[in-house]
Amino acid sequence: MKINNLFVWLKQKPRIAFFMCLPLILMVACLIIYPFFYSIFLATLNKAETKFVGLANFLFLFKRETFWLVVQQSIFFALVAVFFKALIGFIAAHSINELPSKGQRKWRGMLLIPWVIPPALSTLGWWWLFEPTYSALNWLLEKLSVDAIPWLSETFWARFSIILVNIWVGAPFFLIMYLAALKSIPEDLYEAASIDGANYWQKLFFITLPMMKNIISITILFSIIVTFANFDIVRVLTRGGPIDTTHLFATYAFRVGIESGDIPLGAAVSLFMFPVLAVLSFIILRNVRKRTNEV
Amino acid sequence: MADVEIKDLHKIFDRTEAVRGIDLSIKDKEFVILVGPSGCGKSTVLRMIAGLEEVTEGDIYIGDKLVNDIPPKDRDIAMVFQSYALYPHMTVFENMSFGLRLRKFSKEDIKKRVEEAAKVLGISELLKRRPRQLSGGQRQRVAMGRAIVRNPKVFLFDEPLSNLDAKMRGQMRIEIKRVHQHLKTTTIYVTHDQVEAMTLADRVVVMKDGKIEQIGTPDEIYNFPRTGFVAGFIGSPAMNFIPGNIVKNKNGYSVFINKQISFYLDKEKEKKLEGLDGKDVLLGIRPEHINEKKSEDAIEYDVKIDLVEPLGMETMVYFTINKVQLCGRVSPENNLMSNNKATLNFNKNKFHIIDPKTDKVI
Ligand SMILES: Nc1ncnc2c1ncn2[C@@H]1O[C@H](COP(=O)(O)OP(=O)(O)OP(=O)(O)O)[C@@H](O)[C@H]1O
Ligand SMILES: [Mg+2]
Repeated sequence: MKINNLFVWLKQKPRIAFFMCLPLILMVACLIIYPFFYSIFLATLNKAETKFVGLANFLFLFKRETFWLVVQQSIFFALVAVFFKALIGFIAAHSINELPSKGQRKWRGMLLIPWVIPPALSTLGWWWLFEPTYSALNWLLEKLSVDAIPWLSETFWARFSIILVNIWVGAPFFLIMYLAALKSIPEDLYEAASIDGANYWQKLFFITLPMMKNIISITILFSIIVTFANFDIVRVLTRGGPIDTTHLFATYAFRVGIESGDIPLGAAVSLFMFPVLAVLSFIILRNVRKRTNEV
Repeated sequence: MADVEIKDLHKIFDRTEAVRGIDLSIKDKEFVILVGPSGCGKSTVLRMIAGLEEVTEGDIYIGDKLVNDIPPKDRDIAMVFQSYALYPHMTVFENMSFGLRLRKFSKEDIKKRVEEAAKVLGISELLKRRPRQLSGGQRQRVAMGRAIVRNPKVFLFDEPLSNLDAKMRGQMRIEIKRVHQHLKTTTIYVTHDQVEAMTLADRVVVMKDGKIEQIGTPDEIYNFPRTGFVAGFIGSPAMNFIPGNIVKNKNGYSVFINKQISFYLDKEKEKKLEGLDGKDVLLGIRPEHINEKKSEDAIEYDVKIDLVEPLGMETMVYFTINKVQLCGRVSPENNLMSNNKATLNFNKNKFHIIDPKTDKVI
């Protein structure tokens, strides 16, 4: 009888759903919730992790010029990189979509390559390309009789290179999303628009973009989150240099916490990412919910 | 307002030749319907007139202007799609005014035209809604409204009613007719619904395999089909075809079906039948011309009824001659029963004699 009761208890839908989700909930708890609270705890300790210091680590950061530099750089990096990723992704998706369907697969496959290679590896390849004296890029410039460019050792070019590589890695994601969105726009809308008198650009602005509004805003928000929290590209290419001018939150936290050995301060740096990402995530979730309600 | 002239029009897709030489001249204000079985190239012809499909060969004139190489937007046509193709992100008002806005009409003018069209179509209440908040019939009206506001030279319709249920289709059919009587815009309308073809058209164009089978008024197409295909395609239930052969005897010509049954033919037909003695033919007769009414034009035969299908205002009866199932249409008062004998009258004035080799009506 007891076992029977247990089955009845289990059979109620919400309970089953809960148990089905349990592994995932445990995983999220172990890998996300626990580290999150642990880092809050860490951030309130002194360097030796022996004494509770309250908000002292945060206040200390506010007084550091480097920290504010990192804030600016992270925002600038995320906005510029995402803007170009979205733009290039859109243009590429649009171009592929206009190809005859036979050629599309080939291009789609090729253009997806940057996205499927692990970024740490492909960035290594770029690092080699950026190498000032022996590498392909500067060799090419020399052939064109242009002065060699200090790709990674001058602030402007270092930032440029990092953004360039990030765009290279990230644009295919936009390409795929936008290509799928473009394909879901019914052809007869364009035909109706042609008859209504729309030219190429008017079709783009009055049909394509409004029809893709949702997917564009979601991909951009999502990409801002991922880009803002980027680590590997900066780490591999410049390690934050020259003189911290390419640091992002994640790499700066690593520098402060691991390399300089002040783990509580590093935790404090990384916690600054949280409010930004939380707000963006909230907007995305709301967006998604609105979209599902509409459908 | 304009007439449309189509000369030797061809369309070849990769491999298939969808349209194989169409000649058609449509007068100003005329309502022309293209009908034909699925895949016969109706939509392709319409889309070439609209400019959505390139012309492989031949010429299309709209109001004396050769439009082969003119893009759709400059042809001054409007098209209503089967799927309606309303812009989902725009309101009804924006949908209807989109073409006017692109053509730089003034705000007041746009408002006036849209409101007027909305009134004609009875959708004034819906102007602020979006397409997804509309029923099928309402969407259909908006699609028509979008075509009307521009006051184009030619309206093109591609199966505009096929996504509606039967009742709505009937209503919209009347609506379309009303709008055409009101605006008198030249209209080319594709459908495979023959009721639409018969009720709406000034002239019907029957197509088959990318070619025109016959052009004529609905009455001509129905009563005087020129080929077996047209005879069989138009009319529902379809025309009966009974195989037989022509026999000449002292009374004139008749079609011999079997030992019991042979149909005498009218004297009028005699000239055409000259020398066709012994030829295999199909005798075509519509169900409504096989009934219980006695008259001097009728030839009487006793048949065994296989099946009775009462439809309320009439009753369809099915029976077999020479293993061919035939259909007759009798008044419900007769109380015919399945598996009973009945005497049916075949109206000999309404016979169509078809040469099965050429499919031509003799
Ligand atoms: N874009 C295309 N590419 C290749 N073949 C096509 C294309 N469009 C139509 N066809 C072919 O051309 C022929 C005529 O097509 P069309 O759409 O004009 O037929 P339809 O008479 O409108 O038929 P339906 O009543 O089913 O709409 C068909 O055999 C079709 O397969
Ligand atoms: Mg069609």
